Amino acid sequence: MKILVAVKRVIDYNVQVRVKEDGTGVHTENVKMATNPPDDNAVEEAVKIKESGKAKEVIAVTIGEEKTQETVRKALAVGADRGIHIKSDSYLEPLGVAKILKKIVEKEKPDLVFMGKQAIDDDCNQTGQMLAAMLGWAQGTFISKIELKDKVIEVIREVDEGLETVEMNLPAVVTCDLRLNEPRYASLPNIMKAKKKPLEQLIAKDLGVDISNRIEQLKVEEPPKRKGGIKVSSVAELVSKLKNEAKVI
Amino acid sequence: MSVLVIAEHDNSNLKVFTLNAISAASQIDADIHVLVAGNKCENAAKEVAAVPIVKKVLHSDSLNYENYLAENLTPLIVKLAESYTHIISSANTFGKNFMPRVAALLDTSQISDIIKINSADTFIRPIYAGNAFATVKSNDKKKCVTIRPTSFDPAPNSGGSSSIEKIEPIDIPNVSKFIKREEAKTERPELGTARVVISGGRGLQSGENFKLINAIADKLNAAVGASRAAVDAGYISNDHQVGQTGKVVVPELYIAVGISGAIQHLAGMKESKVIVAINKDGEAPIFSIADYGLEADLFEALPQFLEELNKLNTIQK
Ligand SMILES: Cc1cc2nc3c(=O)[nH]c(=O)nc-3n(C[C@H](O)[C@H](O)[C@H](O)COP(=O)(O)OP(=O)(O)OC[C@H]3O[C@@H](n4cnc5c(N)ncnc54)[C@H](O)[C@@H]3O)c2cc1C
Ligand SMILES: Nc1ncnc2c1ncn2[C@@H]1O[C@H](COP(=O)(O)O)[C@@H](O)[C@H]1O
Repeated sequence: MKILVAVKRVIDYNVQVRVKEDGTGVHTENVKMATNPPDDNAVEEAVKIKESGKAKEVIAVTIGEEKTQETVRKALAVGADRGIHIKSDSYLEPLGVAKILKKIVEKEKPDLVFMGKQAIDDDCNQTGQMLAAMLGWAQGTFISKIELKDKVIEVIREVDEGLETVEMNLPAVVTCDLRLNEPRYASLPNIMKAKKKPLEQLIAKDLGVDISNRIEQLKVEEPPKRKGGIKVSSVAELVSKLKNEAKVI
Repeated sequence: MSVLVIAEHDNSNLKVFTLNAISAASQIDADIHVLVAGNKCENAAKEVAAVPIVKKVLHSDSLNYENYLAENLTPLIVKLAESYTHIISSANTFGKNFMPRVAALLDTSQISDIIKINSADTFIRPIYAGNAFATVKSNDKKKCVTIRPTSFDPAPNSGGSSSIEKIEPIDIPNVSKFIKREEAKTERPELGTARVVISGGRGLQSGENFKLINAIADKLNAAVGASRAAVDAGYISNDHQVGQTGKVVVPELYIAVGISGAIQHLAGMKESKVIVAINKDGEAPIFSIADYGLEADLFEALPQFLEELNKLNTIQK
């Protein structure tokens, strides 16, 4: 079995994102970047499956500018076997990303593709479902548990109502929730070793897929700010305020 | 222009967020059709037909649609999409699951989780956990849009009598199988629509201690929410999680107890009308967005809170 994992480089989740004054986007210069958090869970799960002997190879793939390679290197440092970087200097929508991933899937023929359920920058929550659709594969979205069986995979989905168990034929696409596992840290020796693992680079526009963006971003602005409130000194005061001032209870 | 809304239901009754999607759709065009696909879901179809602003209900019954597997619903929606300019549903786990699959097969770039409709092609959506609002214009011929339900009022749901057209189910890919759903049953209001929400965080220290939260929820007829940390620690189930990767709530009153106020949590609740924070750390970021902050130990404050509520003659429900 072969597992492909898609990892995206995003602004670190601890960073307070700041909107640019000219309305063209958010500040990214000198801002700490990191792997999209659930993508770390996706890598961890793939590596665990490999360690259990059920998978032979884990391939990490990223699409983006030169520096997005860091995310692949990180995946290699925690156990992925090789990496693919598809270079694109312009932002791609999930539709374009999914088309590129489809090309990679056709070439690599993995049995499973693991991804994050949502990128914390665009908050789109689309790419995995789109890839599954284009391939005609089953999709397991928002997954917090995976069990590999013979020729099928059983997953637990986190849905609004609670939990759902679904069985999927292989090959399949799985989008991971943060609760799937506890991603490991890369040790220094493994980071060094990862530098020697193979990392292939391809150019997005040479892949022969239409990755043109369909959505124009007209403006990015700060959301309305909440007015600061007050501190109350006792529970009695709180209840009185809620009753008589805010009139919500 | 015609708009197709995909209804969410449990095969007997319509789920409320469908009404929010219908009202969002009405801001795009008056010609609103709604697909109700399920198994023996005639009643849900009738409920949609009673929504006055709906022009037509498309009702498709098949065992294959019973559990809303995206793989099974998608071919039907893609086929129907021919006659529509917009396909719309809620940006909850129902809509998030199938809509990108539909969009990909229509070769259109989906617009997720919009909070405002400027025109038929221009929308506002939060990005970066709500730290920025992007105004986006779609240049695709067909638009697949998921709406944030709490940003659109539900459409009135009685008095209408639109026609119900039977739609033949079509072939499914047969790649996935539904096994089971574990639903957390509760007598309390639903998190997404409750007038009052009280949420507990890591500060609660255990699932057992959530009884302090529950007692107040019962008193205020509130829904119970939680931070991701509380869910991760196993204090409470995942369907209670509020935030960027959980549910978005906009109640009249949100009470955050033992929650620090990480941006990922705020993303799910900061539009609430009145926010109360109870936290023993005076520097906790949650206080910066709270209308009323109480710096206190929750294990003392919550029992007192209940006592004070008991003293009131009337409580809004
Ligand atoms: C990609 C990503 C997505 C995420 N999505 C979400 C999401 O959807 N929702 C979400 O909530 N989080 C989310 N998180 C997690 C988020 O970053 C925080 O870790 C989480 O919200 C913290 O939960 P908490 O406030 O309960 O815990 P903590 O940050 O540990 O805060 C606990 C608080 O309780 C207070 N406290 C402790 N004891 C008491 C006491 N006795 N009395 C009163 N106060 C007390 C403390 O002062 C502290 O402020 C996400 C994180 C990532 C990386
Ligand atoms: N540029 C990218 N490179 C690699 N993977 C990506 C990229 N964009 C999105 N993904 C994957 O798709 C998931 C969902 O992203 P999104 O649909 O943008 O919310 C992410 O968690 C990644 O696994």
